[in-house]
Amino acid sequence: MSLRKNHELHQRRFSRNLGVGLTLVAFIVIIFGLTIVKVSGTDFNMAPQEVQN
Amino acid sequence: MSDASFNASTVAAHARADEASFGDYFALLKPRVMSLVVFTALVGLLAAPVPVHPFVGFCAILFIAIGGGASGALNMWWDADIDKVMKRTKGRPIPSGKVEEGEALALGLALSGLSVIMLGLATNWFAGAFLAFTIFFYVVVYTMWLKRSTPQNIVIGGAAGAFPPVIGWVAATGSMTLEPWLMFALTFMWTPPHFWALALFMRSDYDDAGVPMLTVTHGRRATRWHILVYTALLALLAVGTAFSDIGGPIYLVVALVMNALFLRGAWQISRRNEEGSEADNFKVERNFFKLSLLYLFLHFGAILAEALLKPYGFGGWL
Repeated sequence: MSLRKNHELHQRRFSRNLGVGLTLVAFIVIIFGLTIVKVSGTDFNMAPQEVQN
Repeated sequence: MSDASFNASTVAAHARADEASFGDYFALLKPRVMSLVVFTALVGLLAAPVPVHPFVGFCAILFIAIGGGASGALNMWWDADIDKVMKRTKGRPIPSGKVEEGEALALGLALSGLSVIMLGLATNWFAGAFLAFTIFFYVVVYTMWLKRSTPQNIVIGGAAGAFPPVIGWVAATGSMTLEPWLMFALTFMWTPPHFWALALFMRSDYDDAGVPMLTVTHGRRATRWHILVYTALLALLAVGTAFSDIGGPIYLVVALVMNALFLRGAWQISRRNEEGSEADNFKVERNFFKLSLLYLFLHFGAILAEALLKPYGFGGWL
């Protein structure tokens, strides 16, 4: 069987695989968004004495 | 053996018409319960007197919802045997044969860990720990221990469903005050009359499954009186909350109207006998159950309205 040919299993599980894929993409977007928000906020600002050093 | 090595007949044998779709795994998370968790947690988060970045707030609610969903999956894993027996739960993914018990367990555990860690990272570790405790309480204390051993299962187990607004508040503030516990108490006291009304008209379900619901252990007359007593206590608490920091005139009006209606329904239930209820197919009990859904939604909606109007000088007692 050629590797390029879609197995019946792939067709049968297409919706499940698509759902998992989209969930993972959404998770990456959330992690990225959280990172941007956290580093843009005050949480990661250096303390004044560290800046002076 | 890899998938590619299957021959046609093996595939045909394994191809099941009822194979689980993505939606079946999602159904393990009890989406309807999740919607209540999302709403009450959101109110807890927005009623807190600390501004939260919208994206962080969104993530907090999402991970609280996933934590709630994870405990739903673990509940379905443990209760698979009784879900097969009850009419209301027969169609769930495990009893219908679409999802294996082990898959539900794995999904529940994975999502529990993920939601706790992500909530801790997104907000604070107090909130993360609180979510972990809620999952533990629902799965271990309620599902594994109380549900099958005491008729007070609904009363104590209701606490698990009442925690989300507290988690939302803690996610925003990182600390605890009286107000989130008032929201907790509202849901906690609301749960027993809500579920006992359901148990009255889903009459054979809990008997068949052997779950010691109050209707089974103490009888239906006692259940009717319990609904009235809990509703009266709930009314006192709900109206009293109007005079706290999360209350205000809007909440007071909603609480007075809804509690009057709820008390009237509970009184009618307490006055009815089984013959009368069966004659109209439990019309009063069914209406009370529907009203209970609106009751909780409007109370939390009013708390939300008070919080959202505060910056404009309208919400609260000022």
